[in-house]
Amino acid sequence: MNTAMDIRREPVDCAGHDRTLLLRMFRKMLEAREFEEQLYYLFLTAAMPGTMHQAVGQEAVAVGVVSALNPDDSITSTHRGHAHCVAKDVPLKDMMAEMFAKREGSCRGMGGSMHLTDFNKGMLGAFAIVGSGIPIATGAALSARVRGSGQVAVSFFGDGAVNEGIFHEALNMAALWNLPAIYIIENNQYALSMTVAESSAVPDLASRACAYGMPGLRVDGNDVLAVYEATREAAKRARAGEGPTLIEALTYRIRGHARFEAAGYRPSEEVEAWKNADPIERLAAGLLASGIASEDELNVIRAEAEAAIEDAIEYAQSCADVRAEDYLSYITAEN
Amino acid sequence: MRQLSQAAAIREGIVQEMRLDPNVILLGEDVGKFGGAFHITHDMLDEFGAERVWDTPISEAGFTGLGIGAALTGLRPIVEYQYLDFIFCAMDQVVNQAAKIRLMSGGRAKVPLVLRGPQGATGRGAQHSQSIEAWFMHTPGMKVVMPSTPYDAKGLIISAIRDDNPVLFVEHKLLYGAASPGGGKALSDSAIQAIGTDVPEEAYAIPLGNADIKREGRDVTIIATLLMLHRALSVAEELAAEGVSAEVIDPRSLVPLDVTTIAASIAKTNHVVVVSEDVSRAGVAAELVATINDHCFYDLEAPVQRVAAANTPIPFAPASERHVIPQVDDIRAAVRRVLSS
Repeated sequence: MNTAMDIRREPVDCAGHDRTLLLRMFRKMLEAREFEEQLYYLFLTAAMPGTMHQAVGQEAVAVGVVSALNPDDSITSTHRGHAHCVAKDVPLKDMMAEMFAKREGSCRGMGGSMHLTDFNKGMLGAFAIVGSGIPIATGAALSARVRGSGQVAVSFFGDGAVNEGIFHEALNMAALWNLPAIYIIENNQYALSMTVAESSAVPDLASRACAYGMPGLRVDGNDVLAVYEATREAAKRARAGEGPTLIEALTYRIRGHARFEAAGYRPSEEVEAWKNADPIERLAAGLLASGIASEDELNVIRAEAEAAIEDAIEYAQSCADVRAEDYLSYITAEN
Repeated sequence: MRQLSQAAAIREGIVQEMRLDPNVILLGEDVGKFGGAFHITHDMLDEFGAERVWDTPISEAGFTGLGIGAALTGLRPIVEYQYLDFIFCAMDQVVNQAAKIRLMSGGRAKVPLVLRGPQGATGRGAQHSQSIEAWFMHTPGMKVVMPSTPYDAKGLIISAIRDDNPVLFVEHKLLYGAASPGGGKALSDSAIQAIGTDVPEEAYAIPLGNADIKREGRDVTIIATLLMLHRALSVAEELAAEGVSAEVIDPRSLVPLDVTTIAASIAKTNHVVVVSEDVSRAGVAAELVATINDHCFYDLEAPVQRVAAANTPIPFAPASERHVIPQVDDIRAAVRRVLSS
């Protein structure tokens, strides 16, 4: 693992899959990519405040997982959460307005890049303390069980989060009580500068599932259908009352940890090799190879995704700035 | 008159809310078949079943996070910490998550969550004796509730459960009024008096942020919570025999704080003593003194006197514990100081 040798580049095997689903996945991954590409330029030109963490190269995990869920299922996200929100149908305009600290933002300008939230879409929050969303998703799963809602709760977190104690506490309880939870380790191979091998005594992270008696599987995280299929199976188990699943999706963080972090701790051959295993290109190649879509059709979708982000930026820039004192009405709820 | 122990009053409030609202659930260590280390959740598993009363593993951070996730998705969880000292295991979940989610979501989220448990120095050494409320007063987004009588405890726990924010509900071991396993007799402080013990059977809510004047007076205002409230009352009673009339105010919640009632009292007495069982440095009493200076400075005829615990972990030796925690003598001396300066 962690070497260029292990990287898969083959086209996603689209045979037998629904065209609408596949094209929607393609569109969502493009939107997530374009959202972050444009953010990067906006930050470079100082048009946008704050900081951000890009998930460029990891889009197949977010989109593959969420595509296997129902709209009312819950997710929790992380500091690297834009792609999860895009996948969960949080409106792009609301997300972009939030990035610009506008009143129309998904969190009224109070959350920012690391705390995008949309309860209407089952997006319970992006929790930017590593690992802290894991028990919160588990609580949503417990709540679904108590309310008998049939919902599933998914927690996204990185390879670094498995070394927080809360990972253990939450997975133990979920397994103990057969809660309808799914845990997604987005193994992008680096917790800032630390590789998985440098931070986990057993680098096969999925194998930790055996400590809780739950299924643990590792999937190719740059193959959106592999992620989708694994999640679909996990969701089926969860809804049937058979308990949680741990899925380790192997992917790669193409960019640095945060905004301008250059990631000089990584061999450039490694980065290049993963760029050649781009999850969006792999899906495009699969769609073409299986004859599900033509290059022209894919180009139309590419143009639509770009236009959607452009519209979102235009909208966000036209929104009202947060008034300095707005925060005062958001500190506590009035009963 | 219907007298209940404070423990029974808290229990009755929780049971009544659970009967009323199926979304109220309990999470915590030994809250189910054992009935809670201090018997607050006694028999609740039998009445409400394991889908509403969750006996958790020893995972304070984990079950606090579960409570937050459940609160975000329609339930109103009550999380019990066996001793409030253990809440520090869950600080990230309480401080970084529960307290901040509402603001981070631009007011779209609500986190109706009660975090409750016992505190107070009772001969158990440094890790089972602290008074922890100042940490959470320092955490915007939280409410902090401090019941000192059975009547208040029932009305305040009902309000805490109905509140849409994370509420820390602080109970004092010596006020439970019942024997506790492993802890010896709880009723061991001669200052604890049967005040406000008339507890109505029906449910009632005491709004948070409403101080209660536990004793009216003219010469000096004493502000205190939990066990210290009882010690303050005992001092007031003694001083009355000497012709000193002390007014004793129980804030009942520190966040929100009823500054209006406190200021009105100070405008009348012009002298103040604040008493708290937590450590003095950056503690509850320090915050109350600052608030009084902000609002009442020109009503004061003497510097506010602060009586709080020494700045030390709480030692086991009973003589040392008594030395650290404010006693009746300390409060009486502070009243004399403020009146003589």
